[in-house]
Amino acid sequence: MTSTTTSIPSRNLKWRVVDIVVASVIAVASSVVFFGWNIAHDAVTAPFKALLPGLQALDGGIWLFAGVLTALVVRKPGAALYGELVAAVISALLGGQYGATVIVSGLVQGLGAEVVFLVFFYLNWRLYVAILAGIGAGIAKGVLELIVWYPGADALFATVYIVSSIVSGAVIAGFLSWLAVRGLAKTGALDRFASGRGTVRV
Amino acid sequence: MSVAAEGSRQVSPGKGAMRPFEAVNPVAKFGAALLLAACLVLTIDWVSAGTALLLELAAMPFLGVRARAFWLRTLAVWIAAPLTGLTILLYGQASGTVYWEWLTIRVSDGSIDLAIATALRVLAIGLPAVVLFITVDATDLADGLAQVWRLPSRFVLGALAALRLVGLFLDDWRYLELARRARGVGDTGRIRRVPGQVFALLVLAIRRGSRLATAMEARGFGGETERTWARDSRFGWREWLVACAGLMVGMISIAAAVLTGHWNFIVG
Amino acid sequence: MNSGQDVPAAGVVARGWGWRHAPRKRWAVSDLDLRIEPGERVLLLGASGAGKSTLLQALAGVLGGEDDGEPSGELLVGGKPPAESRGRAGLVLQDPDSQVILAKVGDDVAFGCENLGVPRQEIWPRVREALDAVGLDVALDRSTAALSGGQKQRLALAGVLAMRPGLLLLDEPTANLDPAGVVDVRDAVARVLERTGATLVVVEHRVDVWLPLVDRVVVLSPGGGLLADGSPHAVLTDQGRVLAEAGVWVPGFPPALPARHRASGPDLLLAGDLSVGRGSRVEALVVKADIELTVAAGMTTAITGPNGSGKTTLGFTLAGLLPPLAGVVEATPELRGLQTGRHAGISEHPIRWTSRQLLTRIGTVFQEPEHQFLTATVREELEVGPRALKLPAGEIDARVDELLQRLRLDAVAAANPFTLSGGEKRRLSVATVLATRPRILMLDEPTFGQDARTWAEQVAILAEFVDAGGAVVAATHDRAFVEALADAEVGL
Repeated sequence: MTSTTTSIPSRNLKWRVVDIVVASVIAVASSVVFFGWNIAHDAVTAPFKALLPGLQALDGGIWLFAGVLTALVVRKPGAALYGELVAAVISALLGGQYGATVIVSGLVQGLGAEVVFLVFFYLNWRLYVAILAGIGAGIAKGVLELIVWYPGADALFATVYIVSSIVSGAVIAGFLSWLAVRGLAKTGALDRFASGRGTVRV
Repeated sequence: MSVAAEGSRQVSPGKGAMRPFEAVNPVAKFGAALLLAACLVLTIDWVSAGTALLLELAAMPFLGVRARAFWLRTLAVWIAAPLTGLTILLYGQASGTVYWEWLTIRVSDGSIDLAIATALRVLAIGLPAVVLFITVDATDLADGLAQVWRLPSRFVLGALAALRLVGLFLDDWRYLELARRARGVGDTGRIRRVPGQVFALLVLAIRRGSRLATAMEARGFGGETERTWARDSRFGWREWLVACAGLMVGMISIAAAVLTGHWNFIVG
Repeated sequence: MNSGQDVPAAGVVARGWGWRHAPRKRWAVSDLDLRIEPGERVLLLGASGAGKSTLLQALAGVLGGEDDGEPSGELLVGGKPPAESRGRAGLVLQDPDSQVILAKVGDDVAFGCENLGVPRQEIWPRVREALDAVGLDVALDRSTAALSGGQKQRLALAGVLAMRPGLLLLDEPTANLDPAGVVDVRDAVARVLERTGATLVVVEHRVDVWLPLVDRVVVLSPGGGLLADGSPHAVLTDQGRVLAEAGVWVPGFPPALPARHRASGPDLLLAGDLSVGRGSRVEALVVKADIELTVAAGMTTAITGPNGSGKTTLGFTLAGLLPPLAGVVEATPELRGLQTGRHAGISEHPIRWTSRQLLTRIGTVFQEPEHQFLTATVREELEVGPRALKLPAGEIDARVDELLQRLRLDAVAAANPFTLSGGEKRRLSVATVLATRPRILMLDEPTFGQDARTWAEQVAILAEFVDAGGAVVAATHDRAFVEALADAEVGL
């Protein structure tokens, strides 16, 4: 038995039950946010959306934070993919407006963020990695939606759309998720996770 | 409150008198929507999208969805379709005669064709995706994903258990709103309070999640033993039928486009 | 796998056992030497922070691995380490809502069996048998969300029972229940023990509930090891005072009640023909109609009734947070502040007041303190209300300092509100409301799930508030609270 305190980040990559359940819970809470945002947002901005040359993708980060946030909290391989995918499935079950198609979106967007965490070997969870993961998700989202919903768009629209997705992913999914995890750690809610153990408490 | 009631009803509908289609394994419904979408995504033309839409509308009466539920749930798709079409009308690839040009907007023969195709395509992909999911029960879906598709059961069941907390989260959200009024900060805009409330909701959610994880482990969840299933999830002839129907609609639509010379592959 | 009805009871052996949670320096439990024979029924007591829950979770094998913390010594259930004997020990926790796992009653009870690999044809008979044993007579496809708190706890018990455990572990299983729910759960446990002969370890502040069932009381010491161990009578006689001071409700040692100086003042709030319930005015589910009541200064009004009877809704309606379904809630000129001439324009209906106008008139304390927290430190939390009132900085500091001291929160002034202990969170949530000096204080289940010490503190704070001319309205099912404070009672 040692008496040293554990402030070293955990490198155990196997998922514990609490990792799975809390990742699921974050995904479920995110899906409630998706659901609410759908209702609140579309009602107001849908009529204008068609008139914006691609800038409508600026709110896209809202649909991308689930994956990045989940990964930053549980820090396990596949967490970004799992969080985004489950959030998508559940928003479809709750009655999301695009039904099963959002599941494919969740899969692709989750992969976009997951790849970034993989590149850093699931060891680096700093702000810039979070932002890169948000960008990864943003690219994935932008490309997928151009293919599925706007294949006839011209080059200018496509470019604006992709850039808007990237900016939104970086700020909302990347930066805000990182900020949220920092705040969560201070509330003690992440005590059972390496992400919540920056400081040792008595 | 109505949101909460609606939410929980969607998540776990009673199984009372099941119509035949309702009893079809959800993974088959999901597969059908996916196969159909995969076909339609490949091309952007009004023939394939229109053909698929006609076939889908013809199939609707057999899917056991009440008219009211159908319109309510698919309303967003009906709104999104023309709007997406309008976007393409204004920003679509231009060709042929240009009728109107203003800043980055260009309406042309080409963008009009693309706009019609796009609107039909949104309906053809969106409607079945929504309708097939109306009758899906979360527990059945999880059973199907774990038993039929052999996805890892720990993850499927973890998500299923977390899903049950949705009702509690909606209650939490209501309390958070009331509490802000009680604390004297409820006079500012609702939208401005959202980030703070989302954060508080996350704290409560993660706490609940940690407790739920302990409760699940206390019931032997996540152990080494091979798990058994109290409910059998089958993939029989009805399921194959539904999945094949989805694929068939997609293939017929593609064939129609190719035969009439309208096939327009999305890349290039 | 045990397939028969008779499962041998499992004993417990701890030798120098301890546990330290990963992010902490302090050991939650240390130097524990304990032997519980198969079939014994043990009530486990100790001050909050003595490690009762940690011990139960360790016995259930759910404390986790090296990511989660560090063990010392040895702990055995039925002769084996708990993690290797999953299913031998069954654990029921405090919070009914976080223990329901699946959407339907039958599926939820079957969950544990599935995890243990019980063959399907054997699961369903076990499920029916377990539901029968806990006296939960509902259909297997009944929605678990529709169950009451007491039913949910019996459902959790059934889920554990279907696994056929030899050791039953209960962690404050009745703390969050109304009195009827408490009795139902206790009786269900009694029936289960009679049928199975399993060993029982129960943690609970309310000793009287479990005394008829247990034959041994073990008291954990916060400093490690045991404080006392023996027959219920012997331990409660010897250690009664110490336990009572540590927050245990020991029969014969009631919590101290504050001296009162009752004097009722002017009327503040009048409710007439009031209906409350769920839904909107358009689509209403009225829980209670024709409520008439008057809230006067210097008076405590208790709204009582079982869980789900609409106590909270009535409280929130009176507090100006929810609109009445029918009838009126009317603020008197005294409450509106008309006699001082400052607020000539304020409506007589509290629901029409702005959030800021509510602050100095009606304060609401929620059942779950965490719903109310807005900031990152205790001090900032107390400043929120006074700032919203735009008080001068000096006045804000004075009020906050006074409250920090009076409610013993000065030591944690810089801490994050979410990290406080249960009792501290309670005190903080009351303090945030007191900071704006409202005339009426509405509290939702102010004593829910509390130990005797926190309970006594809460009662003392409220008594002081009322005696100074405030009015308290409390939605509660706690009889002791009603008897200690209430001047009037509205039963739903």
